[in-house]
Amino acid sequence: MSPDNDDYKPFEEWDRPRQAWMLSGDCRGHRQRTLLLEMTTRALFPTVLVFSVYLLLVGHYGPGGGFAAGLVAGLAFVLRYIAGGSEAAVRVRPPVLIGLGLTVALLTALAPTVVGAPVLTTTKLALDVPLLGHFETQTSVFLDVGVYLLIVGVVLDLLRSLGAGIERDMRDAGEPR
Amino acid sequence: MLALVAAHLVLAGLLPIVSARSRRAAFAVAAVLPAATLLWALANAGPALAGGVDETTAWSPALGLELSFRLDALGLAMIVLVSGIGAVILAYCTGYFGAGSPYATRSAALLLAFAGSMLGLVLADDLLTLYVFWELTSIASFLLVGQGGERREERRAAVQALLVTVFGGLAMLLGFVLLGETAGTYRISEILADPPRGGAVTAALLLILLGAFTKSAQLPFHPWLPAAMVAPTPVSAYLHAASMVKAGVYLVARLSPAFSDLAVWTVPVLVAGVATMLVGGWRALSATDLKRLLAFGTVSQLGFLMVLFGAGGRVAAMAGIAMLLAHGMFKATLFLTVGAVDHATGTRDVRELSGVGRALPGLAIAAALAAASMAGLPPLIGFVGKEAAFEAFLHGSVENWAVAGGLLLGSVLTVAYSARFLWGAFASKPGRDAGDVHRPGAALTVPIWLCAAAGPVLGIATPIVDTEAASYAGALPGDPGYHLALWHGFGLPLLFSAIALAGGLALHAARARVTPLAGHSPLDAQRAYEKTVAGIGRVAVGVTGRLQVGSLPAYLATILVAFVLLPGVATVLAGAWPTSLPLYHEVIQIPLAIMVVVAALAVTRARRRFTAVLLVGVIGYGVGGLFIVEGAPDLALAQFLVETLSLVAFVFVLRRLPPHFTESRPSRRVRVPKALLGAAAGFAVAVFALVLSAARTGPAATSGEFARLAPEAGATNVISAILVDFRALDTVGEIGVLFVAAAGVASLVLATRYDRRRGGGRVESGQSTPRHEEDVLG
Repeated sequence: MSPDNDDYKPFEEWDRPRQAWMLSGDCRGHRQRTLLLEMTTRALFPTVLVFSVYLLLVGHYGPGGGFAAGLVAGLAFVLRYIAGGSEAAVRVRPPVLIGLGLTVALLTALAPTVVGAPVLTTTKLALDVPLLGHFETQTSVFLDVGVYLLIVGVVLDLLRSLGAGIERDMRDAGEPR
Repeated sequence: MLALVAAHLVLAGLLPIVSARSRRAAFAVAAVLPAATLLWALANAGPALAGGVDETTAWSPALGLELSFRLDALGLAMIVLVSGIGAVILAYCTGYFGAGSPYATRSAALLLAFAGSMLGLVLADDLLTLYVFWELTSIASFLLVGQGGERREERRAAVQALLVTVFGGLAMLLGFVLLGETAGTYRISEILADPPRGGAVTAALLLILLGAFTKSAQLPFHPWLPAAMVAPTPVSAYLHAASMVKAGVYLVARLSPAFSDLAVWTVPVLVAGVATMLVGGWRALSATDLKRLLAFGTVSQLGFLMVLFGAGGRVAAMAGIAMLLAHGMFKATLFLTVGAVDHATGTRDVRELSGVGRALPGLAIAAALAAASMAGLPPLIGFVGKEAAFEAFLHGSVENWAVAGGLLLGSVLTVAYSARFLWGAFASKPGRDAGDVHRPGAALTVPIWLCAAAGPVLGIATPIVDTEAASYAGALPGDPGYHLALWHGFGLPLLFSAIALAGGLALHAARARVTPLAGHSPLDAQRAYEKTVAGIGRVAVGVTGRLQVGSLPAYLATILVAFVLLPGVATVLAGAWPTSLPLYHEVIQIPLAIMVVVAALAVTRARRRFTAVLLVGVIGYGVGGLFIVEGAPDLALAQFLVETLSLVAFVFVLRRLPPHFTESRPSRRVRVPKALLGAAAGFAVAVFALVLSAARTGPAATSGEFARLAPEAGATNVISAILVDFRALDTVGEIGVLFVAAAGVASLVLATRYDRRRGGGRVESGQSTPRHEEDVLG
């Protein structure tokens, strides 16, 4: 590859991922990079997120639910933070996620009162999706979604304050990492 | 009704979207909803006056919670103020707030949210519902008075208003619970129909009155209201003249039909009311700021209203309804006038204003109409109310005559400060020129005229007010033949009105001598408030200094000792030991248990923090493994995940801590007590677990029921069904706790370092870079 080539990239950037939802690639000092962990994280991160959604949906019928699913998704972000550093954090602000989760949960709780039922009444939702077949769930899954969002937000908040916040403190104080 | 109240709150949440395009449009949109509410209430006036319109929404039948609303005569009168004046004031705001005003956005949303809360308050037919809306109005008022929180006096005024009203609100909540439990129902209409009696009711009523007095700025809680005048004028006009401060009066009016035969109810109301009327009126005579003048006037009028509604007579109550409407109208007019004068001249100081009446004659006429209603001149609604008020007390016992005398004295002061207001705002004063008067636009003047015109219109339309007042006062004892009217013939009430007018004008004429006199008062309630708050602060510092010694081992020791002593001793004394104790259920439990025990023992030997954290993790995973063996995959999953996450969090924090717990090996004198306490606590937990496992004697009824109901809830996993279906309320509560915990952690670690400042540049108050701030703000 020559510098004239349009495809030329400086060595530091040759493995910069193109997808924003994976690791950003803007990593901390090159000495602190662990390539193996980074590569594993790239493969693992989306997989774990999908797994967390699976746990969320299956929660009503098997082990899982919003709390466990949220923790799994949160751990995916923890992994990403450890591999990629604070710059690899997601763009969404944790308080927004937390507030969104709480709002979704509360709205789910209050929604039945609109039709005159007591709060937190749940009912079965069933529909036939073409190709996928019969699909059945409870309205309480929305409450679980709220819990899920909130837990992810709490874990991100933890990363932001205890992870990145302390890291920056140490850098500002000139301490070695 | 629930839909109307909810619509206010929802629209308030959506208003920022409108504000982003145009702030004026936001206020205009916000004004529509109160106007619609007023129309709805007027359309339902017939059935409301006849007996009341009820609406109940079941909330949680299992707990007996419901949202009950009821529209009746008193509610209708309050809605005229809350929604009618609310719509007018929101319209006025379109002209008042500048296009670039940084607080217009939040003010629009908060004003509408406040209107919704107030609407809920006056419609609530349930004591607890009323309490919720009551506190919502306190919070909205705090946010509106505090504005951006940039100026010290705004913050102090907002905090004072919040502290005083919430203090009263909490007392009131206690009173509500006492009253509701004694009566066996929290429905206000049911309590009114069959009022309970007894010692508990006496205490309840005193507590409820405390709430009413703080909210309605009665003596000695009144200073927060004049202090709250730092808020923008429309906010003062709405919250502190027309609606929120009426909440206390409303509460007294609401409960009076049931309790006005009790001295514990009437005596405090009459004494505080008359005293407040006199002190407020007297202090108004020395105010130089027009808004403070009006604020003291409001305090005075609130005392007057308290007397009328608390007295418990039919005529007094009718006078109360008339004065309630009158006061809302004229005080809103006057406040909005001050806002317009402020806009036009840039000041609202009595000593600086001069010749405004000549420059803005229309405004002066509107204000004069309102002030005349306040002073009680015919043919305005204020006159009708005052006539009825005198009529109500000019009979019978000495106490009645004493109250009438107090009201007369208060009316003299009312006339005097009405005159002082007109003179201060509009008169041409010798030695001062008019200065630059900029003409206010239609958005400012039309709302003023709308409110001002209500005085004569309601005065002429007295029969309508009479129907309304009679419907409310019907439940009270007294002369059933009395009607509100403009002319009752010559008599004592008319004489009293004349005396009030003459005396008030004389007092105003002698203002050169009266004003300095009124400025001095031997007792200063504001100073008393400040001393109280400072004293509480000192006590808190003293207590905290003794309890929070700053040593983590000391805290842990306190917790553990309490744990061992309280539940531990109770367990040993009262617990039943399990009869059959199998050593294990599955063989795999033995190695798991050994692993947990070894790790626990090793933690006590660890000197490096990191080692200790890892070993604690091992214990957690071991317990998770035990969960799996016992057949609880849900619990195990949660345990593993939480354990992993806390391990990560520990490692994050450990980066900032020294690697070892202590520099040197701790002495035996320290280690032995620690080891003993730790062993005792661990032993207590183990005994606890054993005893609890034997606590169930019969078959597990609930488990069977859950298992039977689980398919109905669409669940094959009972644990999950219990969590999100049967115990959903717990889940919602728990995530609320998590939310608070996360906010707490974030503020402790990040937010304390940088003050948040909007508008201006960021202020550094910490020692690090502004990027922490960006973390917090996102």
